[in-house]
Amino acid sequence: MEAETTTEAAIDRAALFEFLLRMGDNTLMLGHRVSEWCGHAPALEEDIALANTALDLIGQTQLWLGLAGEVEDKGRSADDLAYLRDVYEFRNLLLTERPNGDFGKTLMRQFLFDAWHYLRLQTLLSSTDRRIAEIAEKASKEVSYHLERSRDLVIRLGDGTAESHARMQQALDDLWPYTGEMFMTEAADTALSAAGVAPEPQSLKAEWDELVAETLSEATLRKPTDGYMHGGGRRGMHSEHLGFVLAEMQFLQRAYPGATW
Amino acid sequence: MPTATRPSVEEIWRWLADVPDPEIPVISVTDLRIIRNVAWDGDTLVVTVTPTYSGCPATAMINLDIESMLHRRGIEKVRLERQLAPAWTTEWITSEAREKLRTFGIAPPVDGTAPNDRLHRRIESLSGNSHPTVQCPRCGSTRTEKISQFGSTPCKASYRCSDCLEPFDYFKCI
Repeated sequence: MEAETTTEAAIDRAALFEFLLRMGDNTLMLGHRVSEWCGHAPALEEDIALANTALDLIGQTQLWLGLAGEVEDKGRSADDLAYLRDVYEFRNLLLTERPNGDFGKTLMRQFLFDAWHYLRLQTLLSSTDRRIAEIAEKASKEVSYHLERSRDLVIRLGDGTAESHARMQQALDDLWPYTGEMFMTEAADTALSAAGVAPEPQSLKAEWDELVAETLSEATLRKPTDGYMHGGGRRGMHSEHLGFVLAEMQFLQRAYPGATW
Repeated sequence: MPTATRPSVEEIWRWLADVPDPEIPVISVTDLRIIRNVAWDGDTLVVTVTPTYSGCPATAMINLDIESMLHRRGIEKVRLERQLAPAWTTEWITSEAREKLRTFGIAPPVDGTAPNDRLHRRIESLSGNSHPTVQCPRCGSTRTEKISQFGSTPCKASYRCSDCLEPFDYFKCI
């Protein structure tokens, strides 16, 4: 039996639903992207590592979207939310829908996300919503391994051969304009913060900057200057890539509604 | 089933001790300590299970195995509940189970080396990547190296022994 939480009365149900979609859509989208590597990675161990990372992310998606469905209270399951929403209803960061590119770019995207993800989950451990704190505790154990691995590989490839260094620098330069969105304030963020559910995105920036700067320096990579930053994913304004992801991810449930096996 | 004839909770715990982990069959669900509670709710048996990893595909299989074992034992109404907190940790794995893992060829977890604990203490200490001293389950050597942080299942990492040269799985800490 789910115990009633103290915040449900204090916070707008719609704001909470929005927050849970943002968490769950990030892990769903990145989990899907990373799973595209299955069978294609440069080495067997890396293939397995990528598949395991994707699996963790999909598992976390079930927790976040499962709770989102409960909070929304319209009878939608995690599967319904994943397979039966259209592009404009997704709330993931644009970074997570960026195409994989080469192995280095996939890892750079993973590192930039993992650093944020880990810090975000840490702040949620003390959420006033017990259900959110519980998912954060579970997920942060897994994400700490993701961060350790992606950070290690960014350093090894950045401080590797001339070619791996050049590719990692290119990946960083390409992805950097998508990092600012992690710290942008969108609708509901202020209310969520005031209710103690989740601190505002901006509050994570100093620690993320520090962690990323330290890693890039060890990787002998040049941190790009903060220029124009893309945003909008967290309010449903996505790049053209998301539609293609959904076309593949949702095909089966769209073509054969309710199919199970 | 009527209260008078229903098996005791202690008896059910003993039955559960025989339900193997589907991916590591030498250890049981009680060895892993993923069964958090067993209780009767009227004529329904409620078994509370916590997941090891949130996306572990074995979770569904474990639930199915528990349910079918209980049905076989004559319990008609079974309800499985998922409990997330406290989050499962490898530190709960019993010492007997650790020996069984070692004998099976899987190095048991080295407690206290989960990255989460270190990251939690200080994010800058990240550069101190986790390198627990893992003993080769085959020859006992501690001259071993990590090949990949992720192995054949979410809960394991791939290692290699520098002495007997055998690759092996390490049950990593979370």
